[in-house]
Amino acid sequence: MDITLQQVSYAYAKNTPFEKRALFDVDLHIPSGSYQAIIGHTGSGKSTVLQHLNALLKPTEGTIKIGDVEVKAEKRNKQLRKVRQKVGIVFQFPEHQLFDETVLKDIMFGPMNFGVPEEEAKHRAIELVNLLGLPDEVLEKSPFDLSGGQMRRVAIAGVLAMNPEVLVLDEPTAGLDPRGRKEIMDLFYRLHKEKGLTTVLVTHSMEDAARYADRIAIMHDGKCVLAGTPQEIFSDEGRLMDYRLELPQSIKFQKKVEQMMGKKLPVLCLTEEMLAEELALFLKKEREL
Amino acid sequence: MLEKMIFGRFIPGDSFIHRLDARAKLIFVFLFIAVVFIANNWITYGILVAFIFLIIRMSRIRLYFLINGLKPVVILIIFTFLLHLFFTREGAIIFEWKFVKIYEEGLRQGIFISIRFFVLVILTSILTLTTTPISITDALETLLNPLKKWKLPVHELALMMSISLRFIPTLMDETDKIMKAQMARGSDMTTGSMKERMNAIVPLLIPLFVSAFKRAEDLATAMEVRGYKGGEGRTRYRKLEWATKDTVIIVTLLILAIVLVYFRS
Repeated sequence: MDITLQQVSYAYAKNTPFEKRALFDVDLHIPSGSYQAIIGHTGSGKSTVLQHLNALLKPTEGTIKIGDVEVKAEKRNKQLRKVRQKVGIVFQFPEHQLFDETVLKDIMFGPMNFGVPEEEAKHRAIELVNLLGLPDEVLEKSPFDLSGGQMRRVAIAGVLAMNPEVLVLDEPTAGLDPRGRKEIMDLFYRLHKEKGLTTVLVTHSMEDAARYADRIAIMHDGKCVLAGTPQEIFSDEGRLMDYRLELPQSIKFQKKVEQMMGKKLPVLCLTEEMLAEELALFLKKEREL
Repeated sequence: MLEKMIFGRFIPGDSFIHRLDARAKLIFVFLFIAVVFIANNWITYGILVAFIFLIIRMSRIRLYFLINGLKPVVILIIFTFLLHLFFTREGAIIFEWKFVKIYEEGLRQGIFISIRFFVLVILTSILTLTTTPISITDALETLLNPLKKWKLPVHELALMMSISLRFIPTLMDETDKIMKAQMARGSDMTTGSMKERMNAIVPLLIPLFVSAFKRAEDLATAMEVRGYKGGEGRTRYRKLEWATKDTVIIVTLLILAIVLVYFRS
Protein backbone atom coordinates (compact mmCIF):
# COMPACT_ATOMS: atom_id res chain seq x y z
CA MET A 1 0.00 0.00 0.00
CA ASP A 2 1.52 3.28 -1.09
CA ILE A 3 1.48 6.18 1.33
CA THR A 4 1.95 9.68 0.01
CA LEU A 5 2.13 12.89 2.00
CA GLN A 6 1.56 16.03 -0.04
CA GLN A 7 2.33 19.43 1.43
CA VAL A 8 1.26 18.24 4.86
CA SER A 9 1.27 20.81 7.65
CA TYR A 10 0.13 20.25 11.18
CA ALA A 11 -0.37 22.51 14.18
CA TYR A 12 -1.10 21.28 17.69
CA ALA A 13 -3.79 23.09 19.70
CA LYS A 14 -4.78 25.21 16.76
CA ASN A 15 -6.43 28.54 17.60
CA THR A 16 -5.33 28.63 21.21
CA PRO A 17 -2.45 30.52 22.81
CA PHE A 18 -0.67 27.15 22.99
CA GLU A 19 -0.75 26.66 19.24
CA LYS A 20 2.43 25.03 18.09
CA ARG A 21 3.23 24.17 14.52
CA ALA A 22 4.85 20.80 14.25
CA LEU A 23 4.96 20.14 10.51
CA PHE A 24 5.58 22.41 7.55
CA ASP A 25 4.79 21.29 4.00
CA VAL A 26 6.05 17.76 4.36
CA ASP A 27 6.27 15.78 1.14
CA LEU A 28 7.06 12.12 1.44
CA HIS A 29 6.31 9.12 -0.70
CA ILE A 30 6.51 5.66 0.79
CA PRO A 31 6.15 3.04 -1.95
CA SER A 32 4.45 -0.24 -1.21
CA GLY A 33 6.83 -2.89 0.13
CA SER A 34 9.66 -0.51 0.99
CA TYR A 35 11.46 -0.08 4.29
CA GLN A 36 11.43 3.62 5.06
CA ALA A 37 13.35 5.08 7.98
CA ILE A 38 12.58 8.52 9.33
CA ILE A 39 15.39 10.05 11.34
CA GLY A 40 15.86 13.38 13.04
CA HIS A 41 16.77 14.75 16.43
CA THR A 42 14.30 15.17 19.28
CA GLY A 43 11.38 17.46 18.48
CA SER A 44 11.91 17.39 14.72
CA GLY A 45 8.37 16.19 14.03
CA LYS A 46 9.05 12.50 13.44
CA SER A 47 6.35 11.26 15.77
CA THR A 48 3.85 13.75 14.39
CA VAL A 49 4.41 12.45 10.88
CA LEU A 50 3.97 8.95 12.17
CA GLN A 51 0.56 9.66 13.66
CA HIS A 52 -0.60 10.91 10.29
CA LEU A 53 0.23 7.61 8.67
CA ASN A 54 -2.96 6.02 9.94
CA ALA A 55 -5.03 9.16 10.31
CA LEU A 56 -4.81 9.47 14.10
CA LEU A 57 -3.98 13.05 13.30
CA LYS A 58 -5.41 14.82 10.31
CA PRO A 59 -3.27 17.39 8.57
CA THR A 60 -4.25 21.01 9.14
CA GLU A 61 -3.20 21.59 5.54
CA GLY A 62 -2.35 19.24 2.72
CA THR A 63 -3.33 15.71 1.81
CA ILE A 64 -2.29 12.22 2.75
CA LYS A 65 -3.07 9.29 0.53
CA ILE A 66 -3.04 5.97 2.29
CA GLY A 67 -3.65 3.32 -0.33
CA ASP A 68 -6.74 4.62 -2.08
CA VAL A 69 -8.07 6.57 0.90
CA GLU A 70 -7.46 10.29 0.92
CA VAL A 71 -7.21 12.08 4.27
CA LYS A 72 -7.65 15.83 4.32
CA ALA A 73 -8.20 18.55 6.89
CA GLU A 74 -11.75 18.88 8.21
CA LYS A 75 -12.99 16.11 5.97
CA ARG A 76 -15.00 13.48 7.78
CA ASN A 77 -14.02 10.11 6.56
CA LYS A 78 -15.77 6.84 7.17
CA GLN A 79 -12.93 4.81 5.77
CA LEU A 80 -10.57 5.61 8.61
CA ARG A 81 -11.26 2.29 10.30
CA LYS A 82 -10.20 0.46 7.17
CA VAL A 83 -7.03 2.49 7.11
CA ARG A 84 -6.30 1.75 10.74
CA GLN A 85 -6.65 -1.95 10.16
CA LYS A 86 -4.19 -1.89 7.32
CA VAL A 87 -1.68 0.38 9.02
CA GLY A 88 -0.48 -0.99 12.34
CA ILE A 89 1.42 1.36 14.62
CA VAL A 90 3.79 0.24 17.32
CA PHE A 91 4.07 3.32 19.50
CA GLN A 92 6.96 4.27 21.70
CA PHE A 93 6.79 2.18 24.86
CA PRO A 94 3.87 0.16 23.50
CA GLU A 95 3.65 -1.81 26.76
CA HIS A 96 1.69 1.14 28.17
CA GLN A 97 -1.29 0.13 26.09
CA LEU A 98 -1.72 -3.32 27.66
CA PHE A 99 -4.90 -3.62 29.68
CA ASP A 100 -6.66 -6.96 29.46
CA GLU A 101 -6.82 -9.77 31.99
CA THR A 102 -4.63 -12.13 30.05
CA VAL A 103 -1.98 -11.78 27.40
CA LEU A 104 -4.12 -13.85 25.05
CA LYS A 105 -7.09 -11.50 25.34
CA ASP A 106 -4.90 -8.47 24.96
CA ILE A 107 -3.38 -9.72 21.73
CA MET A 108 -6.86 -10.64 20.45
CA PHE A 109 -8.17 -7.13 21.20
CA GLY A 110 -7.00 -5.55 17.94
CA PRO A 111 -8.15 -8.22 15.49
CA MET A 112 -11.51 -8.67 17.29
CA ASN A 113 -12.14 -4.92 17.01
CA PHE A 114 -11.76 -5.29 13.27
CA GLY A 115 -14.19 -8.17 13.13
CA VAL A 116 -11.83 -11.12 12.95
CA PRO A 117 -13.59 -14.25 14.32
CA GLU A 118 -12.55 -15.33 17.80
CA GLU A 119 -10.98 -18.64 16.73
CA GLU A 120 -8.88 -16.96 14.09
CA ALA A 121 -7.76 -14.24 16.52
CA LYS A 122 -6.79 -16.86 19.07
CA HIS A 123 -4.86 -18.74 16.46
CA ARG A 124 -2.96 -15.61 15.48
CA ALA A 125 -2.18 -14.79 19.11
CA ILE A 126 -0.64 -18.22 19.75
CA GLU A 127 1.37 -18.03 16.57
CA LEU A 128 2.67 -14.55 17.35
CA VAL A 129 3.67 -15.35 20.90
CA ASN A 130 5.90 -18.08 19.51
CA LEU A 131 7.19 -15.85 16.75
CA LEU A 132 8.23 -13.25 19.31
CA GLY A 133 10.07 -15.85 21.33
CA LEU A 134 7.78 -15.95 24.34
CA PRO A 135 6.85 -19.23 26.07
CA ASP A 136 3.27 -20.48 25.62
CA GLU A 137 2.59 -20.11 29.38
CA VAL A 138 2.46 -16.32 29.12
CA LEU A 139 -0.79 -16.50 27.16
CA GLU A 140 -2.80 -17.14 30.31
CA LYS A 141 -0.85 -14.72 32.50
CA SER A 142 -1.79 -11.15 33.27
CA PRO A 143 0.28 -8.80 31.10
CA PHE A 144 1.13 -6.85 34.26
CA ASP A 145 2.99 -9.83 35.73
CA LEU A 146 5.49 -9.94 32.90
CA SER A 147 8.92 -8.35 32.73
CA GLY A 148 9.39 -5.13 30.80
CA GLY A 149 10.90 -6.86 27.79
CA GLN A 150 8.14 -9.46 27.69
CA MET A 151 5.47 -6.77 27.94
CA ARG A 152 7.02 -5.01 24.99
CA ARG A 153 6.84 -8.21 22.95
CA VAL A 154 3.23 -8.83 23.89
CA ALA A 155 2.32 -5.28 22.89
CA ILE A 156 4.06 -5.73 19.54
CA ALA A 157 2.20 -9.00 19.06
CA GLY A 158 -1.03 -7.08 19.72
CA VAL A 159 -0.30 -4.86 16.74
CA LEU A 160 0.96 -7.62 14.45
CA ALA A 161 -2.17 -9.64 15.21
CA MET A 162 -4.20 -7.22 13.09
CA ASN A 163 -2.26 -8.45 10.07
CA PRO A 164 -1.42 -4.96 8.87
CA GLU A 165 -0.08 -4.31 5.39
CA VAL A 166 1.94 -1.39 6.65
CA LEU A 167 3.86 -1.53 9.90
CA VAL A 168 4.82 1.76 11.50
CA LEU A 169 7.40 1.57 14.27
CA ASP A 170 8.17 4.42 16.65
CA GLU A 171 11.46 3.63 18.37
CA PRO A 172 10.29 0.09 18.99
CA THR A 173 13.40 -0.92 20.91
CA ALA A 174 13.88 2.10 23.19
CA GLY A 175 14.80 0.92 26.67
CA LEU A 176 15.49 -2.70 25.75
CA ASP A 177 18.76 -4.52 26.32
CA PRO A 178 21.08 -4.86 23.30
CA ARG A 179 20.15 -8.47 22.62
CA GLY A 180 16.44 -7.82 22.84
CA ARG A 181 16.90 -4.85 20.53
CA LYS A 182 18.58 -6.91 17.88
CA GLU A 183 16.10 -9.77 18.15
CA ILE A 184 13.13 -7.46 17.71
CA MET A 185 14.66 -5.43 14.91
CA ASP A 186 15.64 -8.61 13.07
CA LEU A 187 12.12 -9.94 13.51
CA PHE A 188 10.62 -6.81 11.95
CA TYR A 189 13.05 -7.11 9.09
CA ARG A 190 12.13 -10.74 8.55
CA LEU A 191 8.43 -9.88 8.49
CA HIS A 192 9.17 -7.08 6.09
CA LYS A 193 10.90 -9.49 3.73
CA GLU A 194 8.65 -12.55 4.14
CA LYS A 195 5.25 -10.89 4.17
CA GLY A 196 6.19 -7.95 1.99
CA LEU A 197 5.18 -5.54 4.76
CA THR A 198 5.71 -1.89 4.01
CA THR A 199 7.69 -0.76 7.05
CA VAL A 200 8.19 2.72 8.41
CA LEU A 201 10.75 3.03 11.17
CA VAL A 202 11.07 6.19 13.22
CA THR A 203 14.35 6.06 15.07
CA HIS A 204 17.22 7.89 16.70
CA SER A 205 19.58 5.10 15.85
CA MET A 206 21.61 5.79 12.71
CA GLU A 207 22.84 2.20 12.86
CA ASP A 208 19.33 0.77 12.61
CA ALA A 209 18.43 3.15 9.80
CA ALA A 210 21.57 2.25 7.88
CA ARG A 211 21.21 -1.47 8.45
CA TYR A 212 17.55 -2.05 7.67
CA ALA A 213 16.11 0.75 5.58
CA ASP A 214 16.05 1.04 1.78
CA ARG A 215 15.10 4.66 2.02
CA ILE A 216 15.75 7.30 4.64
CA ALA A 217 14.06 10.63 5.22
CA ILE A 218 15.50 13.26 7.52
CA MET A 219 13.17 15.48 9.50
CA HIS A 220 14.41 18.79 10.85
CA ASP A 221 12.30 21.48 12.56
CA GLY A 222 9.07 20.06 11.18
CA LYS A 223 10.28 19.80 7.62
CA CYS A 224 11.34 16.82 5.59
CA VAL A 225 14.73 18.15 4.55
CA LEU A 226 16.34 15.21 2.84
CA ALA A 227 15.25 11.88 1.43
CA GLY A 228 17.14 9.16 -0.38
CA THR A 229 18.86 5.82 -0.09
CA PRO A 230 21.10 5.18 2.93
CA GLN A 231 24.13 5.43 0.62
CA GLU A 232 23.08 8.90 -0.49
CA ILE A 233 22.11 10.10 2.96
CA PHE A 234 25.25 8.97 4.73
CA SER A 235 27.68 10.09 2.05
CA ASP A 236 27.46 13.70 3.14
CA GLU A 237 28.60 14.03 6.73
CA GLY A 238 28.53 17.82 6.73
CA ARG A 239 24.87 17.95 5.94
CA LEU A 240 24.04 15.40 8.63
CA MET A 241 25.87 17.57 11.15
CA ASP A 242 23.68 20.52 10.13
CA TYR A 243 20.67 18.49 11.20
CA ARG A 244 22.37 17.45 14.43
CA LEU A 245 22.72 13.85 13.31
CA GLU A 246 25.71 11.57 13.14
CA LEU A 247 27.10 8.88 10.88
CA PRO A 248 26.52 5.26 11.85
CA GLN A 249 29.36 3.63 13.77
CA SER A 250 30.45 1.46 10.86
CA ILE A 251 30.86 4.43 8.54
CA LYS A 252 32.70 6.41 11.21
CA PHE A 253 35.09 3.52 11.58
CA GLN A 254 35.45 3.25 7.82
CA LYS A 255 36.36 6.94 7.61
CA LYS A 256 39.03 6.53 10.30
CA VAL A 257 40.54 3.55 8.52
CA GLU A 258 40.51 5.37 5.21
CA GLN A 259 42.25 8.32 6.80
CA MET A 260 44.95 6.14 8.32
CA MET A 261 45.61 4.26 5.10
CA GLY A 262 45.21 7.24 2.81
CA LYS A 263 43.00 5.18 0.51
CA LYS A 264 39.27 4.88 0.01
CA LEU A 265 37.07 1.80 0.10
CA PRO A 266 34.88 1.42 -2.99
CA VAL A 267 31.53 1.57 -1.13
CA LEU A 268 30.02 3.08 2.00
CA CYS A 269 29.69 0.30 4.57
CA LEU A 270 26.30 0.52 6.20
CA THR A 271 26.78 -2.35 8.65
CA GLU A 272 29.64 -3.83 10.63
CA GLU A 273 29.40 -7.06 8.64
CA MET A 274 29.69 -5.21 5.37
CA LEU A 275 32.64 -3.22 6.71
CA ALA A 276 34.44 -6.36 7.82
CA GLU A 277 33.96 -7.94 4.41
CA GLU A 278 35.06 -4.88 2.50
CA LEU A 279 38.12 -4.45 4.70
CA ALA A 280 39.09 -8.10 4.28
CA LEU A 281 38.77 -7.78 0.53
CA PHE A 282 40.73 -4.56 0.53
CA LEU A 283 43.55 -5.91 2.67
CA LYS A 284 43.79 -9.01 0.52
CA LYS A 285 44.18 -6.87 -2.57
CA GLU A 286 46.80 -4.74 -0.84
CA ARG A 287 48.83 -7.82 0.01
CA GLU A 288 48.64 -9.12 -3.54
CA LEU A 289 50.02 -5.91 -4.95
CA MET B 1 -9.70 17.41 21.75
CA LEU B 2 -8.12 17.55 25.20
CA GLU B 3 -5.81 20.31 24.16
CA LYS B 4 -8.69 22.80 24.19
CA MET B 5 -9.36 22.31 27.90
CA ILE B 6 -8.38 25.38 29.86
CA PHE B 7 -9.12 24.34 33.43
CA GLY B 8 -6.06 24.40 35.59
CA ARG B 9 -3.89 25.70 32.80
CA PHE B 10 -1.63 28.66 33.06
CA ILE B 11 -0.89 31.08 30.25
CA PRO B 12 2.34 32.94 30.87
CA GLY B 13 1.96 36.68 30.54
CA ASP B 14 2.78 40.02 32.09
CA SER B 15 -0.57 41.72 32.46
CA PHE B 16 -1.73 43.60 35.54
CA ILE B 17 -3.67 40.52 36.62
CA HIS B 18 -0.66 38.27 36.13
CA ARG B 19 1.46 40.46 38.37
CA LEU B 20 -0.95 40.54 41.30
CA ASP B 21 -0.09 38.65 44.45
CA ALA B 22 -1.62 35.18 44.37
CA ARG B 23 -3.09 35.70 47.85
CA ALA B 24 -4.86 38.84 46.69
CA LYS B 25 -6.31 37.01 43.71
CA LEU B 26 -7.43 34.13 45.86
CA ILE B 27 -9.11 36.39 48.42
CA PHE B 28 -10.64 38.35 45.57
CA VAL B 29 -12.19 35.25 44.03
CA PHE B 30 -13.55 34.05 47.37
CA LEU B 31 -15.10 37.41 48.18
CA PHE B 32 -16.41 37.72 44.65
CA ILE B 33 -18.34 34.48 45.01
CA ALA B 34 -20.22 36.12 47.88
CA VAL B 35 -20.58 39.41 46.05
CA VAL B 36 -22.19 37.73 43.04
CA PHE B 37 -25.11 36.77 45.24
CA ILE B 38 -25.89 40.41 46.02
CA ALA B 39 -27.04 40.98 42.47
CA ASN B 40 -30.75 40.40 41.93
CA ASN B 41 -31.96 42.62 39.08
CA TRP B 42 -30.99 43.66 35.57
CA ILE B 43 -28.84 46.63 36.62
CA THR B 44 -26.82 44.72 39.18
CA TYR B 45 -26.26 41.74 36.88
CA GLY B 46 -25.29 44.18 34.14
CA ILE B 47 -22.70 45.74 36.42
CA LEU B 48 -21.31 42.28 37.22
CA VAL B 49 -20.96 41.36 33.56
CA ALA B 50 -19.29 44.69 32.76
CA PHE B 51 -16.92 44.16 35.67
CA ILE B 52 -15.97 40.69 34.42
CA PHE B 53 -15.32 41.98 30.92
CA LEU B 54 -13.07 44.64 32.40
CA ILE B 55 -11.09 41.91 34.19
CA ILE B 56 -10.85 39.86 30.99
CA ARG B 57 -9.48 42.90 29.20
CA MET B 58 -6.95 43.51 31.93
CA SER B 59 -5.77 39.90 31.89
CA ARG B 60 -5.08 40.18 28.15
CA ILE B 61 -6.46 36.70 27.53
CA ARG B 62 -8.15 36.41 24.18
CA LEU B 63 -11.90 36.31 24.66
CA TYR B 64 -12.31 33.77 21.88
CA PHE B 65 -9.95 31.38 23.62
CA LEU B 66 -11.67 31.81 26.95
CA ILE B 67 -15.14 31.19 25.56
CA ASN B 68 -13.94 28.24 23.51
CA GLY B 69 -12.42 26.63 26.57
CA LEU B 70 -15.62 27.05 28.53
CA LYS B 71 -17.64 24.90 26.16
CA PRO B 72 -17.88 21.95 28.58
CA VAL B 73 -19.42 24.24 31.22
CA VAL B 74 -21.88 25.71 28.74
CA ILE B 75 -23.82 22.44 28.74
CA LEU B 76 -24.21 22.72 32.51
CA ILE B 77 -25.29 26.33 32.21
CA ILE B 78 -27.86 25.51 29.55
CA PHE B 79 -29.16 22.68 31.68
CA THR B 80 -29.74 24.90 34.73
CA PHE B 81 -31.21 27.56 32.48
CA LEU B 82 -33.77 25.10 31.15
CA LEU B 83 -34.58 23.83 34.64
CA HIS B 84 -35.39 27.35 35.79
CA LEU B 85 -37.21 28.12 32.60
CA PHE B 86 -39.62 25.20 32.87
CA PHE B 87 -40.06 24.80 36.60
CA THR B 88 -40.47 28.32 37.90
CA ARG B 89 -44.17 29.12 38.16
CA GLU B 90 -44.35 32.82 38.89
CA GLY B 91 -45.30 35.95 37.03
CA ALA B 92 -47.18 36.19 33.77
CA ILE B 93 -47.27 33.37 31.24
CA ILE B 94 -45.29 34.41 28.19
CA PHE B 95 -45.43 31.22 26.19
CA GLU B 96 -47.81 28.32 26.15
CA TRP B 97 -47.86 25.19 24.04
CA LYS B 98 -49.82 22.13 25.11
CA PHE B 99 -48.65 21.35 28.65
CA VAL B 100 -45.49 23.48 28.41
CA LYS B 101 -45.90 26.82 30.12
CA ILE B 102 -43.14 29.35 30.41
CA TYR B 103 -43.50 32.09 32.99
CA GLU B 104 -41.87 35.48 32.95
CA GLU B 105 -40.19 34.89 36.26
CA GLY B 106 -38.79 31.58 35.00
CA LEU B 107 -37.12 33.27 32.07
CA ARG B 108 -35.73 35.96 34.31
CA GLN B 109 -34.42 33.49 36.88
CA GLY B 110 -32.93 31.32 34.15
CA ILE B 111 -31.03 34.22 32.66
CA PHE B 112 -29.81 35.45 36.04
CA ILE B 113 -28.60 32.04 37.14
CA SER B 114 -26.81 31.56 33.82
CA ILE B 115 -25.08 34.92 34.20
CA ARG B 116 -24.09 34.03 37.74
CA PHE B 117 -22.60 30.73 36.61
CA PHE B 118 -20.88 32.31 33.66
CA VAL B 119 -19.34 35.09 35.74
CA LEU B 120 -18.06 32.70 38.40
CA VAL B 121 -16.58 30.25 35.93
CA ILE B 122 -14.88 32.99 33.95
CA LEU B 123 -13.39 34.54 37.06
CA THR B 124 -12.04 31.27 38.43
CA SER B 125 -10.66 30.40 34.99
CA ILE B 126 -8.88 33.72 34.88
CA LEU B 127 -7.43 32.99 38.31
CA THR B 128 -5.86 29.74 37.12
CA LEU B 129 -4.95 31.09 33.70
CA THR B 130 -2.98 33.99 35.12
CA THR B 131 -1.47 32.38 38.22
CA THR B 132 0.99 29.52 38.26
CA PRO B 133 -0.34 26.49 40.14
CA ILE B 134 2.66 26.77 42.44
CA SER B 135 1.81 30.27 43.57
CA ILE B 136 -1.83 29.33 44.04
CA THR B 137 -0.85 26.56 46.43
CA ASP B 138 1.69 28.79 48.14
CA ALA B 139 -0.98 31.40 48.61
CA LEU B 140 -3.43 28.85 49.92
CA GLU B 141 -0.87 27.54 52.34
CA THR B 142 -0.10 30.97 53.77
CA LEU B 143 -3.76 31.93 53.95
CA LEU B 144 -4.67 28.73 55.75
CA ASN B 145 -1.67 28.86 58.06
CA PRO B 146 -3.64 30.15 61.09
CA LEU B 147 -5.69 26.94 60.97
CA LYS B 148 -2.62 24.97 61.99
CA LYS B 149 -3.57 25.81 65.56
CA TRP B 150 -6.52 23.47 65.17
CA LYS B 151 -4.31 20.67 63.88
CA LEU B 152 -5.28 21.12 60.24
CA PRO B 153 -2.43 19.62 58.15
CA VAL B 154 -2.09 22.75 56.02
CA HIS B 155 1.28 21.94 54.50
CA GLU B 156 0.22 18.43 53.53
CA LEU B 157 -2.97 19.71 51.94
CA ALA B 158 -1.06 22.28 49.93
CA LEU B 159 1.42 19.64 48.86
CA MET B 160 -1.36 17.32 47.75
CA MET B 161 -2.88 20.13 45.78
CA SER B 162 0.32 21.10 44.04
CA ILE B 163 1.09 17.48 43.21
CA SER B 164 -2.32 16.93 41.67
CA LEU B 165 -2.14 20.17 39.71
CA ARG B 166 1.33 19.25 38.56
CA PHE B 167 0.12 15.94 37.20
CA ILE B 168 -2.96 17.12 35.33
CA PRO B 169 -1.06 17.88 32.10
CA THR B 170 0.99 14.72 32.45
CA LEU B 171 -2.11 12.59 32.79
CA MET B 172 -3.77 14.39 29.90
CA ASP B 173 -0.82 13.64 27.66
CA GLU B 174 -0.88 10.07 28.85
CA THR B 175 -4.60 9.79 28.14
CA ASP B 176 -4.07 11.15 24.68
CA LYS B 177 -1.26 8.72 24.02
CA ILE B 178 -3.10 5.63 25.22
CA MET B 179 -6.27 6.68 23.45
CA LYS B 180 -4.36 6.91 20.20
CA ALA B 181 -2.69 3.57 20.76
CA GLN B 182 -6.05 1.89 21.35
CA MET B 183 -7.61 3.69 18.41
CA ALA B 184 -4.80 2.34 16.27
CA ARG B 185 -5.89 -1.08 17.48
CA GLY B 186 -9.41 -0.45 16.26
CA SER B 187 -11.05 0.62 19.49
CA ASP B 188 -13.36 3.52 18.86
CA MET B 189 -14.36 5.85 21.65
CA THR B 190 -16.11 8.46 19.60
CA THR B 191 -18.76 6.51 17.73
CA GLY B 192 -21.10 3.64 18.40
CA SER B 193 -23.83 3.03 20.94
CA MET B 194 -23.56 4.06 24.59
CA LYS B 195 -22.65 0.50 25.55
CA GLU B 196 -19.95 0.24 22.93
CA ARG B 197 -18.46 3.50 24.10
CA MET B 198 -18.47 2.40 27.71
CA ASN B 199 -16.68 -0.77 26.69
CA ALA B 200 -14.14 1.26 24.76
CA ILE B 201 -13.28 3.18 27.93
CA VAL B 202 -11.93 0.15 29.78
CA PRO B 203 -8.82 -0.21 27.57
CA LEU B 204 -8.15 3.46 28.23
CA LEU B 205 -8.74 3.57 31.98
CA ILE B 206 -6.80 0.51 33.04
CA PRO B 207 -3.46 1.55 31.51
CA LEU B 208 -4.07 5.05 32.82
CA PHE B 209 -4.56 3.79 36.37
CA VAL B 210 -1.55 1.53 36.15
CA SER B 211 0.68 4.37 35.05
CA ALA B 212 -0.75 6.81 37.58
CA PHE B 213 0.03 4.43 40.44
CA LYS B 214 3.47 3.82 39.06
CA ARG B 215 4.08 7.54 38.86
CA ALA B 216 2.86 8.05 42.42
CA GLU B 217 5.23 5.39 43.65
CA ASP B 218 8.16 6.86 41.74
CA LEU B 219 7.39 10.30 43.09
CA ALA B 220 7.18 9.02 46.66
CA THR B 221 10.53 7.29 46.28
CA ALA B 222 12.11 10.37 44.73
CA MET B 223 10.86 12.54 47.58
CA GLU B 224 12.08 10.17 50.22
CA VAL B 225 15.48 9.85 48.58
CA ARG B 226 15.83 13.61 48.76
CA GLY B 227 15.03 13.62 52.45
CA TYR B 228 11.51 15.02 52.40
CA LYS B 229 9.85 14.80 55.79
CA GLY B 230 7.00 17.26 55.82
CA GLY B 231 6.68 20.99 56.23
CA GLU B 232 8.52 21.30 59.55
CA GLY B 233 11.29 23.90 59.29
CA ARG B 234 11.01 24.24 55.53
CA THR B 235 11.92 27.60 54.05
CA ARG B 236 10.67 29.05 50.81
CA TYR B 237 12.42 29.88 47.61
CA ARG B 238 9.53 31.90 46.18
CA LYS B 239 8.31 34.70 48.37
CA LEU B 240 4.86 36.17 47.97
CA GLU B 241 4.83 39.96 48.14
CA TRP B 242 1.78 42.00 48.92
CA ALA B 243 1.90 45.38 47.13
CA THR B 244 -0.35 48.42 47.01
CA LYS B 245 -2.08 47.18 43.85
CA ASP B 246 -3.18 44.09 45.73
CA THR B 247 -4.88 46.19 48.38
CA VAL B 248 -6.37 48.28 45.58
CA ILE B 249 -8.16 45.37 43.93
CA ILE B 250 -9.62 44.15 47.20
CA VAL B 251 -10.87 47.66 47.92
CA THR B 252 -12.29 47.84 44.36
CA LEU B 253 -14.21 44.69 45.04
CA LEU B 254 -15.63 46.13 48.26
CA ILE B 255 -16.69 49.24 46.35
CA LEU B 256 -18.34 46.99 43.76
CA ALA B 257 -20.21 45.26 46.58
CA ILE B 258 -21.42 48.59 47.94
CA VAL B 259 -22.55 49.70 44.47
CA LEU B 260 -24.43 46.44 44.01
CA VAL B 261 -26.15 46.77 47.39
CA TYR B 262 -27.18 50.31 46.41
CA PHE B 263 -28.74 49.24 43.10
CA ARG B 264 -30.29 45.97 44.14
CA SER B 265 -34.03 45.83 44.48
